[in-house]
Amino acid sequence: MNVLVSPLKQAGAFFALFLDVMRALPKRPFQTKEFIQQCWFIASVTIVPTALVSIPFGAVIALQLGTLTRQLGAQSFTGAASVLAVVREASPIVTALLVAGAGGSAICADLGSRKIREEIDAMEVLGISPIQRLVVPRVLACMLVAVLLNGLVSVVGVAGGYFFNVVIQGGTPGAYLASFTALAQLADLWTSEIKALLFGLVAAVVASYKGLTAGGGPKGVGDAVNQSVVITFMLLFVINFVVSAIYFQVVPQKV
Amino acid sequence: MGVAIDVQGLTKSFGSQLIWNDVTLTLPAGEISVMLGPSGTGKSVFLKTLVGLLKPDKGSIVINGADLVTLKEHDLYEVRKLFGVLFQDGALFGSMNLFDNVAFPLREHTKKTESEIRKISLEKMELVGLQGAEDKLPGEISGGMRKRAGLARALVLDPEILLIDEPDSGLDPVRTSYINQLFIDLNAQIDATFLIVTHDINTARTVPDNIGLLYHKHLAMFGPREMLLSSEEPVVRQFLNAQTVGPIGMSEEKDADELAAEAASGQQLPPLPPIAPQLGTSNGEPRRGERPAGEWCRANGVIPPPGSFQGPHTSVQVPERTLDQRPELDVGASLDHGAAS
Ligand SMILES: Nc1ncnc2c1ncn2[C@@H]1O[C@H](COP(=O)(O)OP(=O)(O)O)[C@@H](O)[C@H]1O
Ligand SMILES: [Mg+2]
Repeated sequence: MNVLVSPLKQAGAFFALFLDVMRALPKRPFQTKEFIQQCWFIASVTIVPTALVSIPFGAVIALQLGTLTRQLGAQSFTGAASVLAVVREASPIVTALLVAGAGGSAICADLGSRKIREEIDAMEVLGISPIQRLVVPRVLACMLVAVLLNGLVSVVGVAGGYFFNVVIQGGTPGAYLASFTALAQLADLWTSEIKALLFGLVAAVVASYKGLTAGGGPKGVGDAVNQSVVITFMLLFVINFVVSAIYFQVVPQKV
Repeated sequence: MGVAIDVQGLTKSFGSQLIWNDVTLTLPAGEISVMLGPSGTGKSVFLKTLVGLLKPDKGSIVINGADLVTLKEHDLYEVRKLFGVLFQDGALFGSMNLFDNVAFPLREHTKKTESEIRKISLEKMELVGLQGAEDKLPGEISGGMRKRAGLARALVLDPEILLIDEPDSGLDPVRTSYINQLFIDLNAQIDATFLIVTHDINTARTVPDNIGLLYHKHLAMFGPREMLLSSEEPVVRQFLNAQTVGPIGMSEEKDADELAAEAASGQQLPPLPPIAPQLGTSNGEPRRGERPAGEWCRANGVIPPPGSFQGPHTSVQVPERTLDQRPELDVGASLDHGAAS
């Protein structure tokens, strides 16, 4: 019984927080300072690892595709395929990894330690909603940073692919660049950014939920961070799949 | 002037774990009450329920005619403005220095100018002996200072009700005496209703006007200080006198066999110790809620233990201008206000 009820309760509480965040979004005064600080903070913990992850990621894709296209005799499509792979799938996945693993865990640890130091309770007693004050700016900051990260991964990934294909595998620069628009279209980029936006939203809300419900001392915060990362990963990969599936239904593909 | 809190039939559980059941009491306006109880009996939970941070399963908490339990979120935030709460470790905002922490409620809830805010905040910081430490971050100071900063923050909006969670935990006996004296003097000054949660028996015996005892998932007794200190009720008498003989054991409670064995062996409860005089204000002026020593005993025909109320009407002597010179581990030495020598 408990095995079933407890996760359902958690899901319910999580959703309640989500609605609270939505309701607190338009409330004034908007916490501009906190928002900017959080953007900076989340960016600072994610940018370097993101760049470092996306270079080898772009290279691996270029390597795989370079070999594959040669085997199929379609070398001229190497550039097209690698842009498609990077923008459509690789960059949302890398963004998801970093937003959940670095951004979300930092948010969760921060809110969790405030919770066990009773800062959150003190805030509520002082008549201030922690959701409006702390969670909303974090959610918005995480969404913004996720979108920017996704752009960063796309650029770095494509550049990595170019470097690998042209410099290492001896492909022709012109053909690589010219084929960019053969398969890819602007809708790919939009979809990719929408995914990133959703990732940022979900990662921040899960992290906030786990942080605000942390209990049982410092160990409780550790557990909360751990759970928040695992839960976020699972949710983000599901979202990634769902958005991709919708995309292929809605957006006509080039032929 | 302080408002009363009327608690009726309050029950709280987390899932299947009952914390306490059917707690009924009235915290009289302007008086100091202490809630005692062994660790883990839900004293902190009680305090958080009183400010509406936790929802009870049953019962009501009436303040100024409004029932906190059924209030809507918005009205709850309004009622909370009556409260000042000092959490166990001060609950300061870690990213702000002490001054900003203390000024925070003023900046949020009043339209005062920055210079007015500065004046009030510094005044409250001086009251708790923290002048000179305005720029410290909460992480850089000792637990005692964090508590006092938390107290200053709880005081800036002139609360009608002050809730204090274990002011003495983690403090040495000397600083505990100082902070207790501070509560007495504060109560005389601001006339707020005080509720202090503690498991320190010495605090409970000397500070409050009223004592409550939470034990074994219910409120064992609540009433005037002298009523509890002269009580023959086994749990109350054991706890207030820190004795091993009685119903409270190392674990939650002693089992029946053990109690029966104790009774059979003819173990006698030691006689009640004398009731110490209540701590007075440091300037000797009586507080509004203060009652003459022995009044309750006389009114109720109870003969207090021999030797009770002897000795002067004490207060910890905190000479003028020395609150700020109290020794503090972290910054005390560096705080020199020139008046010390
Ligand atoms: N938010 C919570 N969720 C679940 N259990 C809690 C929560 N807060 C406190 N408890 C439980 O309530 C009991 C009483 O805790 P507490 O009020 O902190 O005791 P104390 O009297 O020492 O202050 C403990 O067993 C604790 O585990
Ligand atoms: Mg406690």
